[in-house]
Amino acid sequence: MAQQEITKKSEWPLWEVFIRSKAGLDHKHAGSLHAADAQMAIENARDVYTRRMEGVSIWVVESKNIHASDPSEANSLYDPANDKIYRHPTFYNLPDEVKYM
Amino acid sequence: MTVHSFQEHFDSLIDREISIEPKDWMPDDYRKTLIRQISQHAHSEIVGMLPEGNWITRAPSLRRKAVLLAKVQDEAGHGLYLYSAAETLGISRDEMYDQLHSGKAKYSSIFNYPTLTWADMGAIGWLVDGAAIMNQVPLCRASYGPYARAMVRVCKEESFHQRQGFEIMLTLAKGTEIQKKMAQDAFNRWWWPSLMMFGPPDAESPNTAQSVRWRIKRLTNDELRQKFVDVTVEQAKVLGLDMPDKDLKWNEERGHYDFGAIDWEEFKNVVKGNGPCNKQRLETRKQAWEEGKWVRDAAMAHAEKRNARKKEAAKAA
Repeated sequence: MAQQEITKKSEWPLWEVFIRSKAGLDHKHAGSLHAADAQMAIENARDVYTRRMEGVSIWVVESKNIHASDPSEANSLYDPANDKIYRHPTFYNLPDEVKYM
Repeated sequence: MTVHSFQEHFDSLIDREISIEPKDWMPDDYRKTLIRQISQHAHSEIVGMLPEGNWITRAPSLRRKAVLLAKVQDEAGHGLYLYSAAETLGISRDEMYDQLHSGKAKYSSIFNYPTLTWADMGAIGWLVDGAAIMNQVPLCRASYGPYARAMVRVCKEESFHQRQGFEIMLTLAKGTEIQKKMAQDAFNRWWWPSLMMFGPPDAESPNTAQSVRWRIKRLTNDELRQKFVDVTVEQAKVLGLDMPDKDLKWNEERGHYDFGAIDWEEFKNVVKGNGPCNKQRLETRKQAWEEGKWVRDAAMAHAEKRNARKKEAAKAA
């Protein structure tokens, strides 16, 4: 029992890494890594995902805390949006004289 | 959705060059093949650190040392990108290490050759990374999203690797007589194994057709190999070194270089485990894993202590 616990304890959890490469941009998913805790995850993320100064900000989230939509449900999940084309600017016809719109 | 239409949907994504992502349905064989290909690619990066790691302490100048260190560091990072991609397919890191250490998983045969001189650093950067780049650029458009994205990252970092290798070869080739001889010798030893990196001839590569259909292979082994030869022969001319192939000849009709026969027996032998360094490479990796266990355990214990201290501090506050 104790042996199992030790084995389980030495497997570092998996973390997803998000990096903001420049002030003003969004955080982008960069990949994943294993680390013992959040602080280690951030330090490791700096080491492996920003060797070329690609980051001003790092987010790490344990992979188990990421919730994702089901791609096979995509059709029914997104269907209502498909026929609401009035959300697009091209749906509206304006006279040529109108400027800045 | 029935299994039948899952397959149709998958096929249409492949045909329309739309990426397959981790949560998409995929055929079991596609998943298995990708796990094998990506994990073996990852193992290659990690084992690939060893031949060059051998010369870090003996680099001829501080600049060469810093550059070689940076390259080897990059390879570790590449291994990580690929292990991460493989993990999205449902295999754990521990399982992949187990497969490597037990000999069940393979890594690129090129890393089973020894690095005998400093010039080998030049030859490896120029030829081995060159061949890897040739293979990896098309993979940036592989059908499996995480793999393709890992390849994009890798390719951005890989080009300095080849340039530093070529620069080493150039410095040596234009240097003293002894330096030039050392460069030629390294070229002679690394040329044929580099050609073998592209795998067996197409006629003897039964998985190629399916991999091409699944878009996890864009060009065949022979096509990539031919591209590599054509490009590298011209680079060798700049170095002023002799091609280690007496049968190499420009073929006007084909518009490509004809090259000599590859010793496929040597390739099969090295893949089987009988290359000069197979045993050493695997022992080194197993030793690193076993001797590093205390670090993995300590990190977990430290994290738990840190967490407990935080909880105590929060309670006290």
